[in-house]
Amino acid sequence: MRHPSTPAPENPRTQAPENPRTRDASSIGAPLLSRDDARALTARVLAFSAADQTRVTVQSRWSGNTRFADGSITTSGGTADTTLTVWVTFGRRRASSSTNVLDDASLKRTVDLASRLARLAPEDPELMPELGPQTYTTVDAFVAATADLDAETRAAAVERAVRAATEAGKPAGAIFTAGFLEANAVAVAVATSNGLFAYHRSTEADFSVTSRTPDGTGSGWAHGGSRDWDAVNAAGIGRMAAQKAVASRNPQAIAPGLYTAVLEPQAVTDLIPLLAGALNARNADEGRSAFSKPGGGTRIGERVVDERVTLYSDPADPALRGQPFDAEGLPVGRVVWIEKGILRNLAYSRFWAQKQGKQPTGPPQAGGLALTGGTKSTEQLIADCARGVLVTHFFYIRALDQRTVLQTGLTRDGAFLIEEGRVTRALKNFRWNESPLLMLNRLEDIGRPEQTAAGRLMPALRVRDFNFTSLSDAV
Amino acid sequence: MISSRRDFIKTTAATAAALAAGPGLRFEPAAQAVTAPGADPLVLELAAEALDAARSTGASYADVRVGRYRRQSVGTRERQITGVSDSESYGIGVRTLVNGCWGFAATSVMSRPGVRQAALEAVSLSKAARAVQKRRVELAPVMPVAGTWMTPVRRDPLDVPIDDMVALLLAANEAALKVKNVRFVSSGLALLREVKTLVTSEGTSVTQTMIRVGPSFSCTATSGSDFQTYEAELAPRGLGWEYVESLDLPGNAERWASIAAEKLTAKSVEAGQYDLILEPTNLWLTIHESIGHATELDRAIGDEANYAGTSFVAPPEKMLGQLRYGPAIMNVQADRTQEGSLSRVAWDDEGVPADRWLLVERGIFRDYQTTREQVARIRKLTGVTRSHGCSFAESWNAVQFQRMPNVSLLPGAADIGVADIVADTSRGVLIRNRGSWSIDHQRYNFQFSGQAFYEVRNGKIVGMLKDVAYQSSTPVFWNSMDLIGGRSSYWMGGAFNDGKGEPSQSNSVSHGCVPARFRNVTILNTARSA
Repeated sequence: MRHPSTPAPENPRTQAPENPRTRDASSIGAPLLSRDDARALTARVLAFSAADQTRVTVQSRWSGNTRFADGSITTSGGTADTTLTVWVTFGRRRASSSTNVLDDASLKRTVDLASRLARLAPEDPELMPELGPQTYTTVDAFVAATADLDAETRAAAVERAVRAATEAGKPAGAIFTAGFLEANAVAVAVATSNGLFAYHRSTEADFSVTSRTPDGTGSGWAHGGSRDWDAVNAAGIGRMAAQKAVASRNPQAIAPGLYTAVLEPQAVTDLIPLLAGALNARNADEGRSAFSKPGGGTRIGERVVDERVTLYSDPADPALRGQPFDAEGLPVGRVVWIEKGILRNLAYSRFWAQKQGKQPTGPPQAGGLALTGGTKSTEQLIADCARGVLVTHFFYIRALDQRTVLQTGLTRDGAFLIEEGRVTRALKNFRWNESPLLMLNRLEDIGRPEQTAAGRLMPALRVRDFNFTSLSDAV
Repeated sequence: MISSRRDFIKTTAATAAALAAGPGLRFEPAAQAVTAPGADPLVLELAAEALDAARSTGASYADVRVGRYRRQSVGTRERQITGVSDSESYGIGVRTLVNGCWGFAATSVMSRPGVRQAALEAVSLSKAARAVQKRRVELAPVMPVAGTWMTPVRRDPLDVPIDDMVALLLAANEAALKVKNVRFVSSGLALLREVKTLVTSEGTSVTQTMIRVGPSFSCTATSGSDFQTYEAELAPRGLGWEYVESLDLPGNAERWASIAAEKLTAKSVEAGQYDLILEPTNLWLTIHESIGHATELDRAIGDEANYAGTSFVAPPEKMLGQLRYGPAIMNVQADRTQEGSLSRVAWDDEGVPADRWLLVERGIFRDYQTTREQVARIRKLTGVTRSHGCSFAESWNAVQFQRMPNVSLLPGAADIGVADIVADTSRGVLIRNRGSWSIDHQRYNFQFSGQAFYEVRNGKIVGMLKDVAYQSSTPVFWNSMDLIGGRSSYWMGGAFNDGKGEPSQSNSVSHGCVPARFRNVTILNTARSA
């Protein structure tokens, strides 16, 4: 059984001939806020405020999507909206108010409401002053091909994916195909009364397809995501979903238990951000985190996972292209959380950093997230596996125990048995109870990192003793 | 509503049965003190403009929703505030049908040219969708209606001064911090007022004001080597400020905190098979996941296959009237009229009047949740020609689609409570409040945890347990239910954040239920160290 691999980009002639989003003649709503528009809007709002300190954040967003199932587009939508939030501070009292009604009367009302709420709020002993001017890395995360993806182009991509899936699904009969294509363009600005101004715009394209075989025993899924629509191969994604569905027919049950698992990059993308979520420094210092040191303090400097693993965020990394500042306008740079297995950093808010004498980092995933350390393809990880379970992706993951970052969830859309380096048969889905932190201590091998979504660079992993706890009848 | 005689008889019979068993709320709000506002004339003018633009460019059907959402939230930890915020969102969404294909466009530019442009965009999306079309959308009939409705409240929560809210939360935190080993407390309030006007090309024009409140409270106790958290199950409701006051957070916080402290010394559960007693504060979420989602028709026909998944309750022709979901004591009702519930409305986002019907009757699966376009898919099987009124969008900027109504397990004939069920159980585990929850994409295999766990031996609670989760498969689990509480043990939980759809949307939904016992359920120990 051949393992379907990640589809390469199609010929970029799929780009829309017209560029409505990058020009003024937007199809709905106002065009995305430019840097100059954002500066003018935030300055106007700051001028309405009589508070000690004021911060304004603006998010201007366009989204175009097409959803389909069973050979028909089921919904297709376009939305445009701009939301503005005002943070007002009097002494140590702060509150916020937001609106998407941007005329002067409404903006004044919003500033007044935030001011009223702030005066009523109790003093916040942890309040940090608003930031002054900052220097940011320039990150080019805006791709016109994504921002201009119109309904006709989206429908054509869906048609190509459905056709490819139908063709690849023929061995199973008339295959059922459903999926979703979404393109977003977002502009974000932050300004403070202390002179800070930050602006960033970005795009994101996501396309996913699920194929199900007519006998109801096989299901496959494939996904592509990038800042650049031209890097997303619609036909390839449709074909791979159907190939997975065909290969996953008539799954057999094997007893739940500890198995070596080869997790495809999408499955790793489902798990690793949950580990990043546990990197909060304050929780660790307060003794309620997997990174708390018994008896007090944090585990920074200790080896916490396999020594081949490095986990970092970096908005300037061309594969991540993250936002170079957070909601307070704090610059976000490269942060190595785990370096060759050693915990190097935790996520410090400005208040906690000051209290502990550390540098503030912003939230742990603000600058995207990458796990590196290997060079092999998913196929090589399979080839080097004597017996194990290949996992396409996971579903419904929920935290079970913060002390170990333990999670529960299920495999979905293709679980396969690996024997002597080859995929030999389809398996019934499993529920599992496993921790991304503990799992990275049982690592056999790491694959080559791939872009699995905008801001995500994740490899396939081969893990020993992955804890599959029960069988699921779900296909 | 235009319904056939057969439809009328069926609905009436089901409703009569449900009403006969239908319990009241423990919390009884007083008569409505705030009256329902009518539509803003500007909103009606913009809606008319958008409808005109849609029809004149080829839409055979169009609906326009104008929404104004006001949200307020207050968060605290220990003796301080972590955030006070207020937000407003206002805009219009236009949905069009051209050649049997949907298109939807939304904008916050609330001017005549702005809404006209949105309508034209929706029509062009409808036209583009024709390139990939196997099935034409067919809408079940609905009688045009005009009117207003508002959640009955005595006091609109958005009129409550922020310092009153903060004082209430900080008093609760203070009470909790008195308990030994309890070092962290967080509490909060989320409040919503949603004003929504729906105008359709078929002549419907309705304006509804929905009020919802969501309190929260959580505390953590620590020892040198362990930490344990207890979250109170404070159900969000479609009620006013009077409901928040009735919960008496300051008066209950010390008791909640002592549960967190007690968990530090609780015995770690021995994994195995036990009789499981679930209090309504835990069971409501199991109902949501294993019955509520499984009986959504969009899942059964594959529309959700790429995201939330499909359902084991499929295909409809093999399930309706045939699937034994559970024992004869099991009656599950879908309801958009229930007092205080989160999904209570007068009309859905297609102008269909609120409905109440049985999904499971005496253990047998009877019907799905439907919208207007879904009715034709099962009409011949159910004889029901109306939509059950399950079409909703989370906001003006999202398209409406099939969302869950309140789905509730009706009380049993004997009016017994959880104490009676414990007294009847020789070896079991009792679980309170929701903990971790996860279920597969066809709603078979689930695993749920809780906040407080107790060992039951020979009819008595003998001690507290920790590290507990239960795991089962939906049909096996519900068919193992052998004892349920009666009317006076009924309680309604709920959530603001039921996610489904692409782009994902949130739905607010309540689930009422009674305590129940399930035989021989797998209990796991979730503590892990390697």
